Amino acid sequence: MIKILLFAGLQEEIGADSLMMDCTECTVLEVKKYVLTKFPLVDLQQVITAVNEEFSQEEDKVISGDVVAFLPPVSGG
Amino acid sequence: MKSHNELFSIIDTRIVVEEIIQQVKSVNAGAVTVFIGTVRELTNGKRTLYLEYQAYESMALKKLTEIGEEIKRKWPATNVAITHRIGKLEISDIAVVIAVSSPHRREAYEANEYAIERIKEIVPIWKKEFWDDGSKWIGNQLQTNSYE
Repeated sequence: MIKILLFAGLQEEIGADSLMMDCTECTVLEVKKYVLTKFPLVDLQQVITAVNEEFSQEEDKVISGDVVAFLPPVSGG
Repeated sequence: MKSHNELFSIIDTRIVVEEIIQQVKSVNAGAVTVFIGTVRELTNGKRTLYLEYQAYESMALKKLTEIGEEIKRKWPATNVAITHRIGKLEISDIAVVIAVSSPHRREAYEANEYAIERIKEIVPIWKKEFWDDGSKWIGNQLQTNSYE
């Protein structure tokens, strides 16, 4: 299982701060596609991802137990 | 929540500026620059009632620490401390404090500005603005680029 973390507007649109995805080994792109399949109306165009708290690319691998965070553009400071 | 003794922290209570300054004080310092980011009421003519900040806390702490390491590499003689507040903030509340000490003022100014620019780039913290007629997470939509 992979844990998907959601923040800010994305968290409100989906109505949860996390999701679980059943997969042993997949890519960040597949995780994104999974979320888009479940929630076709969300816009992930500007969302960047982090795997285990490090920024990641779509082709990066994730394995069971990993945490994939979906990060909308940040606005701290 | 993190203790004030840590150089990089995310807290959900009022930031005490003096505490952040104390964290970078050094006998080798000839200057301390302090950046205080506060909640602004008017943004492009729109009146904000209050803000809410949310963080991916563990990663945000990691990224703040990384910014500290970057600064140490670029300006080796400096000391840096950063505290960001999350949760609900009222107008004029302090959202972030960056303190940098260095033997000479130029490095302290430069490193401090570098820190806030990097925070806005890589630290997973988001703010939501609340107005009379609604609210919005900032940074989510293109409109917000004009807020920068």
